[in-house]
Amino acid sequence: MEQLTSGLAKVGTALGAVAIVLGLLLIIFFVGARAKGKLQFPAAIIVFLGPAILLLAYGLIAPAFLTTVGSFKGPNGQDFVGLQNYGWIFTVEANRTFLINTVLWIVIAPLFSTGIGLMLALLLDRMRRESISKSLIFMPMAISFVGAGIIWGLVYEYRDPSQEQVGLLSQIVMWLGVKEPPNWLLFQPWNNFFLMVIMIWIQVGFAMVVLSAAIKAIPGDVVEAAELDGATGWKLFSRVTIPMVRSTLIVVLTTIIIAVLKVFDIVRVMTNGNFGTQVVANEMYAQAFVQFDVGRGSALAVVLFVAIIPLIAYNVIQLRKERTIR
Amino acid sequence: MSVEAHEVVPIPVPREESIPEAARRKLSSPWASGLVILITILWTIPTFGLLVTSLRPAEDATSSGWWTIFTNPTLTLHNYSEVITGGNVIPNGIAPYFFNSFAIAIPAAIFPLVIASMAAYAIAWIPFRGATIIFFVIFALQVIPLQMSLLPLLKMFNTGWSLGPIPLFPDLNKPGSEQSIFVGTYIPLWVAHTMFALPLAIFLLHNFVSQLPRELFEAARVDGASHFLIFRKLVLPLTVPAIASFAIFQFLWVWNDLLVALTFAGGTPDVAPITAYLANIKGSYGAQLHLITAGAFVAIIVPLIVFFSLQRFFVRGLLAGSVKG
Repeated sequence: MEQLTSGLAKVGTALGAVAIVLGLLLIIFFVGARAKGKLQFPAAIIVFLGPAILLLAYGLIAPAFLTTVGSFKGPNGQDFVGLQNYGWIFTVEANRTFLINTVLWIVIAPLFSTGIGLMLALLLDRMRRESISKSLIFMPMAISFVGAGIIWGLVYEYRDPSQEQVGLLSQIVMWLGVKEPPNWLLFQPWNNFFLMVIMIWIQVGFAMVVLSAAIKAIPGDVVEAAELDGATGWKLFSRVTIPMVRSTLIVVLTTIIIAVLKVFDIVRVMTNGNFGTQVVANEMYAQAFVQFDVGRGSALAVVLFVAIIPLIAYNVIQLRKERTIR
Repeated sequence: MSVEAHEVVPIPVPREESIPEAARRKLSSPWASGLVILITILWTIPTFGLLVTSLRPAEDATSSGWWTIFTNPTLTLHNYSEVITGGNVIPNGIAPYFFNSFAIAIPAAIFPLVIASMAAYAIAWIPFRGATIIFFVIFALQVIPLQMSLLPLLKMFNTGWSLGPIPLFPDLNKPGSEQSIFVGTYIPLWVAHTMFALPLAIFLLHNFVSQLPRELFEAARVDGASHFLIFRKLVLPLTVPAIASFAIFQFLWVWNDLLVALTFAGGTPDVAPITAYLANIKGSYGAQLHLITAGAFVAIIVPLIVFFSLQRFFVRGLLAGSVKG
């Protein structure tokens, strides 16, 4: 009971904060609307665009600059050390693990997610009743990586083969005749793939829903014309469907690659980067907030940043193209 | 929901017309349905296992697989009462963190929406030089991963920022203490989530707002309405569908976030959300399967309810990146 009242008080405080902020905005609005004549235009720009620009400047632009500078500094963020932090990332033997793992993640997880998602989208397009399956496969998207980690931790749970099994995966392979299933999360290097399965489990729904919408958007007459010309099955798929959804496919793929690059929660919750499963994003967190080496943490953040640039750049170019077409 | 949903980029919106019904029927085959059903089951089993385990008595949950309930059906709600209100293993229970998640996620969903819809209106309908450039710069800001911002923002809240002698953000301490006034409050979490949400929010809302009919604004301007009036009386009501979609999105994203939570809230019951708490107890009480699963289910039930009841909006939000109008 006491917990409930204190909990509701917290939520009440939060709603109060919302009311205060909205009230402040309203006041600014009324002041802005008072502006007359020549002041009208600048007042509108400042009031409408000002808060967003200020928040973006403080939250993203300045930090990006500071982190880049910090990546050339030592652990305490004081003296410059040149490229030492980057040297540490790319030349220290022990760091190979998280670099190689990250590359494996960004190749394997997006391909499987998009591939399975595309297959499901195509299959669903042929079904009359699709909504329940679609909802259930899409559902993991609503679950946090932490929740997903606990869900899959149960699947990978290890018990000595002589005991009764608790983990589903071990039990299944034992039913299939394997005498001694490994401790999946310690089983190098395959444990990386078991972690990727969690990511794929989450992302397939996203890929499926977006691609399914794209497939539905293919004009019916295009498909009919192709069918009149005798295209069926594989040919229809490779010559008509795929080219028609190509840009969506690329968007889905790049979106998932960016998500995978930043993957942190799954690794942290499942293995905390031990047993050869470390990735760049979790190493960044560990360096910055566990080892308190601000320099190395910043350098790792910059590595992520640089890796994401070409992906977003591609999307911006696509966007501009579509803008000019319109 | 997960980070990547935050990165949604332009996607064609489906037109109503689809593959003709006749073709669809011709193509629908039993093996396609069978395969979909198989994958659906595969995709659902892990979550189902979590639910079942969370309902089993402690000794059962840690000594036999959840699938044995089909032969030995003993279920209990005791794990939930222990996890929620506290017990021997988890003294204080998960309840404070559960409320923290709401207290973080509700404002963190509303703030960026209000600010982004204002910015989107300005870029789309207040004619000024550089509007297009600002739009592209904001879109491109999605390139900056969260990780780039964490350390500097943490420093900003704890010790302030200054550019040489010019203070950019003051070092605000509690009276008579070295501790920043932001420690132990939700403010850094709200602000950080708002900042990180803006690029995508402005992008999505701009796409929607810019497609409102031009005549509407011209007529209002001719009548002498100010931008403030137009925004309140015309734009906000008409943008509600887009705002709803994005609000759901952002709420789920914040609810499920771990990185921002760990950085700005630590693990204290004062402000830490349920994800941070779960990540902690997963490490320390991971062997207590019956409790960790019950805790996880408490954490995922809110997004699942939001997801299933508002799926239509959620999907629309996902596809709303459309720039083909």
